[in-house]
Amino acid sequence: MMAIIQTKKLNLHYGDNHALIDIDMRINKHEITALIGPSGCGKSTFLRTLNRMNDIIRDVKIGGEVVFDGVNIYDTDIDPMSIRKKIGMVFQKPNPFPMSVYDNVAYAPRYHKVKRRILLDEIVERSLRQAALWDEVKDRLKKSALSLSGGQQQRLCIARAIALEPEILLMDEATSALDPISTFKIEDLMRELKKTYTVVMVTHNMQQAARISDKTAFFLLGDLVEFNDTEQIFRSPAHKKTLEYVSGHFG
Amino acid sequence: MNPYKAYNLYKKRAHKDTIIIRTLCFFATGVALAILFGIIAFIFAKGIPAINWKFLSTATSYEEQNFGILPNILNTVYITVLSLLIVLPIGIGSAIYLSEYGKQGRLLSVIRYTIEILSGIPSIVYGLFGALCFVTYLRMDYSLLAGACTLAVITLPIIIRTTEESLKAVDVTYREAALSMGVNRLYIIRTILLPCAMPGIIAAVILSVGRMVGESAALLFTSGTAYEMPKNLLTMYDKSGATLTVQLYQSFTEKPHWVPEDAPFAIAAVLMIVVLFLNISTYFVGKKLKRK
Repeated sequence: MMAIIQTKKLNLHYGDNHALIDIDMRINKHEITALIGPSGCGKSTFLRTLNRMNDIIRDVKIGGEVVFDGVNIYDTDIDPMSIRKKIGMVFQKPNPFPMSVYDNVAYAPRYHKVKRRILLDEIVERSLRQAALWDEVKDRLKKSALSLSGGQQQRLCIARAIALEPEILLMDEATSALDPISTFKIEDLMRELKKTYTVVMVTHNMQQAARISDKTAFFLLGDLVEFNDTEQIFRSPAHKKTLEYVSGHFG
Repeated sequence: MNPYKAYNLYKKRAHKDTIIIRTLCFFATGVALAILFGIIAFIFAKGIPAINWKFLSTATSYEEQNFGILPNILNTVYITVLSLLIVLPIGIGSAIYLSEYGKQGRLLSVIRYTIEILSGIPSIVYGLFGALCFVTYLRMDYSLLAGACTLAVITLPIIIRTTEESLKAVDVTYREAALSMGVNRLYIIRTILLPCAMPGIIAAVILSVGRMVGESAALLFTSGTAYEMPKNLLTMYDKSGATLTVQLYQSFTEKPHWVPEDAPFAIAAVLMIVVLFLNISTYFVGKKLKRK
């Protein structure tokens, strides 16, 4: 299996707090990698190092390497914008912009100089189809995105994130604010998405990790305790702490 | 004994308190409204009868012994628009810097504190500053431009503070989402932050317009008291000219016998109508901007 992104001795400090400790991890192409662990274990922080979203927080120091496309994305001559263009992100709370459904999906393509209407229309339709939202919104592309339901809004955010055809999609607890039915829809969607993209997700929901991920990484207090095939992690984990966590003893 | 008795008593008293507080608040509101509408009614009752077409469409002239306020209306609108053109780019620009680019720290809080102090300075002090800085030092003379600059300085704190607050109130997750798509800050400001903050900015502009139209002390020192009819709307910025408020002051303090008794009230009534008109147009301009 080919690794699409790989971290080497990745360390992260928030001020005095050592939030990630020597993380080595290889994430494979066209797989869903789930990051699990109790609150404050560093899984979200780790996810955000992958597209340099931690850059905007003050007092963050990052050491080690994140290798993507053969380059360390923390090299000084790398433009974080160009990284984020290739590594998209979906957040916990659905956060469509207060504009129309169409404008939401066309937001980033417009910035990246897609001006021709036909091209934009194509991108919007493709992204919405890939996000399994097209049939529900095709008649109201000009309506405000805020009029959609929570689940639809989150799928719109996915469509918006894949409009640039990134290589990796990071999902930070993307279903935790949704009802079960919307959650299942998005899980189905993720199984589809991994055929085209690579998905890295943070989840609080262990069943979700077990249901849809190929690989699972268990974080605890900034350490990557265990990283293996999802089945292995849930059936016979190598570490005692992992076993305790996946069987619900703490967390 | 009924164990609930104490509770019932307590409830009854709470209810009584509520009634008293509610009545007091009702009267407070009543007094506030009475004062407000009283002023408006008083000014309109005394002012409206004194308004006629000649009053609105001519300039004051000592030779013809005529009292008219057309130049003052024009000056007021002109100085307000000119002043907005000066203050909006500076004010909105610095608000964007303060909330989006500036590194949060001691320097920024000092700047914020200074802005707060600026908004508490009496306007006559600004007038003095305008007279020294714009009129004398920058050689603008008594002119509408000097007045507009002074008004811009006066309203700058309102614009900066309100714009900054409304930029800050924009949902943080919008910024995150946009950043995660690899767009730059300028694009986020242009496409999301400014449109979202627009209602707040419009509110700031309306407040500022009220302040500009209502200002008199600072303008006495800077844009002067001339009451001639402006000859050319485009080039009148370097001419001295009294706004409505300045003219009101003039007509109240040095009144030749041919100025009608109720002239100040007539000006006040016109002033209120002008403010209303400016506010409504600000509202519509803002609405248009937001749709874009």
